[in-house]
Amino acid sequence: MDTYFHSVRLDKDKCRGCTNCIKRCPTQAIRVRNGKARIIKERCIDCGECIRVCPHHAKYASRDSLEQLDSYKYKIALPAPALYGQFNNLDDVNIILNALPSLGFDAVFEVSKAAELISDVTRLYLEKMNPPKPAISSACPAVVRLIRVCFPELIDNIILVNAPVEEAGRLARNRAVAKTGLKPEEIGVFFISPCPAKITSFKQPIGTDKSNIDGAIAINDIYPHLLKAMEKIDEHDELVALHESGVIGIGWATSGGEASGTLNDNALAADGIENCMKILEEVERGNLDSVDFIELNACQGGCVGGSLTAENPFIAKSRLMKLRKYSPVSCNRLPTKEIPSEMLCSVPIEPCDDVMKLADNVQEAMARMSRMEELLKTFPGLDCGTCGAPGCKALAEDVVRGFTTEHDCVFRARQELQDIENIENPEQLEKIIPAPFRETLKKD
Amino acid sequence: MDPIALHYDVSGTDFTCAGEASGKIKKALKELGFPTSITRNVAIAVYEGEINMVIHGGGGVIDAEITPECISITLTDQGPGIPDVSLAMQEGYSTAPDNVRQLGFGAGMGLPNIKKYTDEMVIETEVGKGTTIKLKVFVK
Repeated sequence: MDTYFHSVRLDKDKCRGCTNCIKRCPTQAIRVRNGKARIIKERCIDCGECIRVCPHHAKYASRDSLEQLDSYKYKIALPAPALYGQFNNLDDVNIILNALPSLGFDAVFEVSKAAELISDVTRLYLEKMNPPKPAISSACPAVVRLIRVCFPELIDNIILVNAPVEEAGRLARNRAVAKTGLKPEEIGVFFISPCPAKITSFKQPIGTDKSNIDGAIAINDIYPHLLKAMEKIDEHDELVALHESGVIGIGWATSGGEASGTLNDNALAADGIENCMKILEEVERGNLDSVDFIELNACQGGCVGGSLTAENPFIAKSRLMKLRKYSPVSCNRLPTKEIPSEMLCSVPIEPCDDVMKLADNVQEAMARMSRMEELLKTFPGLDCGTCGAPGCKALAEDVVRGFTTEHDCVFRARQELQDIENIENPEQLEKIIPAPFRETLKKD
Repeated sequence: MDPIALHYDVSGTDFTCAGEASGKIKKALKELGFPTSITRNVAIAVYEGEINMVIHGGGGVIDAEITPECISITLTDQGPGIPDVSLAMQEGYSTAPDNVRQLGFGAGMGLPNIKKYTDEMVIETEVGKGTTIKLKVFVK
């Protein structure tokens, strides 16, 4: 497999080469080259910001289709708690859970159920494992990737506990093996996902060698089918009681839910990738050393804000509040006071920050930084993005890395055009004028 | 090779800008590929110094000189100066006014923290004239 798998992809036909995505990418992982966006795979953290912001819908997340279910003898749906907030006037989660089998699933296992167990584990982890403070949740895969790329010194603060979806996959498969007698590999475990970064984490897991999830169906793909199936369920039908989670489990869908599930008042929750970065900067400065637990969600509002959801995150959040109002606090408890080892990450999380360094060694990096400073003096400092890089500094960086030349700057080009008005030699012109402008100039 | 020189002005009135200079120095060190421990130590020390400049010094300037072997930082202000440096170096000693403490600053850990996170720390101060703090972190 490719060293860097990403679920976030570009549809080249739809891309118009505008600068919306390059401006919003938190790790500056996108450039526009030759009129099309290009994702720098080493930097991309699959947060999905570009999917959200692209006006031409040229960014998408690779995901599985319902046909993929056919590859397995027994199929399990793992609905994300965010799914429950997608439907208007829903008063019983069981309607969703009873409708899912008609789409081809043999069983349903709620991720919110596993989330309640992970809340228990997190409580024990904070109490017994004595992690460096503040301990940072590993539940949001985009945040974990952000830390690896941009905040490597905070890796030790990450709580090494399975994400709820991984735990749900493990438990669901075990349950299915016991029930059917099938081999584990004959069972297909599919996450109903609000999130492209989760999809990446199944193909290229962090914290474990192999994911427990076999495939991912986007919430906005399954939504119309599920809606139809739910409409078919008559209100007089006897619903099977499949809903096995309470306030804490469903709370994981929205920002602050995981933190309140720790039952620790000395916790902090932030959502939206820019806010997450600000909090991580505060942690780096040592300003949050007294906080016990930090929950960070790359998406605004938490998982309900995922780029693969169907409903507005604030509406979904409001519905979830109503839906869980009369639920028990939690329906799942760890049977022991010890953390089961299978619920902890089996592989350490490694930094991934080489891509942010200007060179392999400090000397070379210093030389490049000095050259960048010189280049920056010749750029307008407008961060307009017209060159295809998110700002003047990023362009200077691209130049010293040898990916492009300073002639990409249209302001510089304009100046240079003025300076060389009298140059007649066409070869000389070729050298100085960036490719897109050569034709125009010839016409004149 | 010439060292990398960075220069920043620090506002003496705007708390929202506090941390900007140290943030930029930290970013530069990350880009230059220094070990994370070095970057972290420098960033924390400079941040503490920067906050001090805002709270006490009425703003000032921060200069960084970076070589592969050593990161030197000079923080200069024209503030009130420190009357008793050894007292100021004690953990928990603070002269910060209440409005500053309410913002979560002024716990009396600024100077002790700077010392803790650097290899060399020299304070030149004169009451009524200002303070210059010179820091060095060696890259082992």
